[in-house]
This record gives sequence, C-alpha cells and structure tokens, in this order.
Amino acid sequence: MSDRKTLQIQRISGHPGSVAGEGTQRQEKLCKLIDTTTCIGCKACEVACVEWNDMPFQPTMFDNTYQTMPDTNWNYWNLIKFNEVSSDDGSFQWLMRKHQCMHCADPGCLAACPADGAIVQYRNGIVDFQEENCIGCQFCVSGCPFNVPKFNPSTKKVYKCTLCSDRVGSGLEPACIKACPTGCLHFGTKDDMLQLAGRRVTQLQQHAGLKDAGIYDPQTIGGTSVVYVLHDATNPEKYGGLPKNPRIPLAFTIWKSWFKPLGLIASMMAFAGVVMHYVTEGPRRVQPQPPVKEIDGGEARKEN
Amino acid sequence: MGTSAQRLGGKNHFINRIGLTVVYAGELLRHRAYTRFLHWSYGIFFFLALLSGFGIYMPWIFRWFTPLFGGGAMTRMLHPWFGLGFVFFFGLQAINWLTEMSWGPGDTRWIRRLKDYVTHRNTTEPPDVGFFNAGQKAMFWEIVGGSVAYVITGVIMWFPEIFGRWPVAVSYIIHDISALIMLAGIFVHIYLSTIGEPGTMQAMTRGTVSEAWAWTHHPRWYNDVTGRDPVQALDAARLSQTQVPPRSID
Repeated sequence: MSDRKTLQIQRISGHPGSVAGEGTQRQEKLCKLIDTTTCIGCKACEVACVEWNDMPFQPTMFDNTYQTMPDTNWNYWNLIKFNEVSSDDGSFQWLMRKHQCMHCADPGCLAACPADGAIVQYRNGIVDFQEENCIGCQFCVSGCPFNVPKFNPSTKKVYKCTLCSDRVGSGLEPACIKACPTGCLHFGTKDDMLQLAGRRVTQLQQHAGLKDAGIYDPQTIGGTSVVYVLHDATNPEKYGGLPKNPRIPLAFTIWKSWFKPLGLIASMMAFAGVVMHYVTEGPRRVQPQPPVKEIDGGEARKEN
Repeated sequence: MGTSAQRLGGKNHFINRIGLTVVYAGELLRHRAYTRFLHWSYGIFFFLALLSGFGIYMPWIFRWFTPLFGGGAMTRMLHPWFGLGFVFFFGLQAINWLTEMSWGPGDTRWIRRLKDYVTHRNTTEPPDVGFFNAGQKAMFWEIVGGSVAYVITGVIMWFPEIFGRWPVAVSYIIHDISALIMLAGIFVHIYLSTIGEPGTMQAMTRGTVSEAWAWTHHPRWYNDVTGRDPVQALDAARLSQTQVPPRSID
C-alpha cells in the first residue's frame, strides 16, 4: 500500500496535460466470493485451511451427513455445510455451503469485545483476532450473528478464520481459494466480486431456471467481505443457518456505546450527591440522650 | 440484641461464641463479631468484583484496573469468583439479618419522609425507627435482589456455550444495571457510615455504638435494649427543667 503511494507519479517532464491516472483511487476492500451453485463439496478448502494455518487434524463426527463435523471449531475454521432440503413441490436440493467467518463491515464480535486490541478490522475489510490480547470472555461469540468465533477451553482464547490475513498481506489469495478445484471460490476487490456475482446470478436466472437466485451480502451489518451466490437468496436459512437479516444484539451497540457511559455518569451522581450533602446539609451529629436516672456501672463488659 | 443470631439459638449457638465484643460504659452492642466478620468479608469481595468488573465494563476508562489483577485474561478469570465470594458472604449476612430487615408500616412512612431525613429536619429520628431504618432496609433488599440478578446473569455469561447468544446479550445489560445501582449505593453507604453520620463506623469495627448514637439514629432499638422510652425520657427531662437540646430545629 505504501509502495503504491510513494511510487505514484506526481510530475512528468516534457509531458503535455495532466499526469495520466491522476486522481484515480484503487478499491481497497477485499472480498471472497463463494458460488454455492458450483460447490461440489470436495472439502479441499477445509484441508487447505487446516494445512495453511497449521492446525492438527482432529477426530470427526459422523452424523449421517457428508459434513466433516457438526460445526466449525477453534482449530477448524472452514466447514462445508451439507444441507438436504425438500421443497413443497416435492423436489429435492442438496445444498453445500462453505461456512467460515463472514468478515462483516460492521463486526458484532468487535463491537462486543471489551479487550483492548483483541479484535481488529483492517482497511481491506479483514476482521482479525489478536489472541495475545484476548481475555477469553466470549462476548464476541454472543455478538456474532453467524456463530463463528470458537472458544478453546484450554487456552481460554477465541479463534476464527483470518481470511488468511498473513497470505493476503503478502499478496497471495487465501488458502481456501487456492485449493478450490471448481472455481466456486473467487477472491478480489469487493466491487469486482459483486460484479462477478451479479453476472452469475443473471446467468442462473436466465439459463438455469433459478428465478430466486441472488447475492448474499447482508446490509443489516453493512455488508460482508465474504459474499455468496445462492440458488435461492429468498431463504438463506436453508443453507445451514445463514440468517436472512443478521443482527448484532443491542447490548453491544446502543447499550455499550451510549447507555454504559450515561449509566456510569448517573451512578457517579451519587458520589456528587453525598459530597454536596456534606457541604450543604452537613453531617448528622449524635444528639445527647435525655438524662437518665440510673447510670450503668462505669466498667467495660464483654458481650456477644 | 441486635442480630438474629439470638433467633438462631441464643447464647449457645456457635455464631454467638465467635469472638467477644468489649462494650464500654455508655455503649451498646450493635454488631457482634460474626456479623462484622461477614460484613468485611463481602466488603472485600465487593471491591475486588467492582474493580475487576469495571476494568471489563468500560476498558477505555478503567483499563488501569485490569493490571491490578494480573492482566485482562486473569481479571476475566477472577471476576466470577470474586462475585461468588461476595454473594456467599452476603448470603450468610442476609440469613443473619432476615428478621431485622423485615419491612413494616413504619418503614413506608420513613421512605415518605425521606426528604426530612436528608435535610435533617429533625435532629433525631422518629421514635418508631428500630434496629435498621428503612433506608438501610431498602439498600439491603436491593443488594439481595441485585445479587440474585448477578448470579443468574453472571452464570449465563460465564458459560455462554450452554446458554447461547441472546441470553448472554440480555444478561450483559442486566448485570451492568445491577452493578451501576450498587456503585451508586456504595457511595451513599460509605458516606453515611463515616463522615455523614459520625459515630457509626465503630458499629462495624469494634461492634458498639454510644447510647446517644442509638437514641439519635435508632430510637426504638434504644428503647428495646435500654428499656428507656426515648420520648418519655425526653418529656420527663423537659418537665424537670433539665437542660436538653431541642428535638427539632424548626
């Protein structure tokens, strides 16, 4: 990024008119496009993810589907969800969806996180966990509409897909993209990916008879850096828990940013109140009791 | 006398045998050693939970609390245990104080004349104020309710993998509200027990108060333990032309 700025031409000798390309801006937002209609469920992306991120293979669980395991895990960030869906007209669909972090523009995990620097969002749209700053409270799990962050009980930290921020930083595509054999996965700028997705949706609608085909880029969280092309965008839930309108709980938005500071100020008013009371009304002093005839013996006694 | 330790079995109950309180002439036993031990136990846990909690509540202001507990992750790990410590000892105190804290019609009257209490309209409390006044009772029951809320919401946030996403988000707000109420309460509590009402602090340190303190702040309790009716005593004193300070400033 710094290279691009420092090596941009400012003036050209003997050149008529303005500098070529002056004022152009490069789209910085990155995006992964997942075309569920061309996914064959080969799980190459799962393997590539595990390999690149150097995570050990772990025992899988057979639950009568082709799915590797019921859900992603702290050391298994990328999972193809196999969904068998029967429609009302008797037709049957076998829907495969690559499930991983969506890298929201408005990340619920980041909003919920109380640890300084444990979750960062890069300018290119990648939302990354910095585990050394994680305090293990798991509020990010509650803040995430996609159930992505996963807790490791032994390290007491939370992990998720990084969109291969280490590879992307070196100019490489994420590992899953590199492994995909069908071209179902694409990686590029958000504009390019939306354009590509739009072309694919048109194709599906006009030539494959999928009238409900569409793009999944939920605007309730400001869009995502992982975008799906779905056969049926009207009902994303049937792709294994993809919410139609993902939302961040108000506890981590309005409550955390507004009511928490206001509540604190309100509570501190009690401190101001007692100070003012001391200054204006003063302490309530002990009054001498009325004289009494019988006075106790002047010796200390012990009671319990 | 004061606490329900008597109710639990009089002088022979084990609670009564924990520590003796020296009561000097002119003093009354207010809180016995067991009560004081509980008070300072949950007092310590309260501040540990408060500081560790506020380090997480609003890190951009209170981030300097977390190093006190060994960093953010350690703070997060310890906070629930501090909270449980507070609830455990306060729970014992709640059992200890259950009868003293029961609400009566006099307490409702006390709350209605709260303004008079705050503005010191009368130099002594009304004659029907017993061992605890209604303000103390209100704070006690707020802490009981707040502690129940703390435990329920705290356990939900402690084990989010069991309870799920939305219960955690709701608990987050309720836990905060409970903390904010208690934060406000602790200022009032500390003020009234120290400089706000001089002579009160020793009730929780040495366990005794002066008879005059009891007469000023808790006249009915004074009557109960000394057998002297504060109003009658005052009237008698007035009749005998003894010099007595006026009961009221107006």
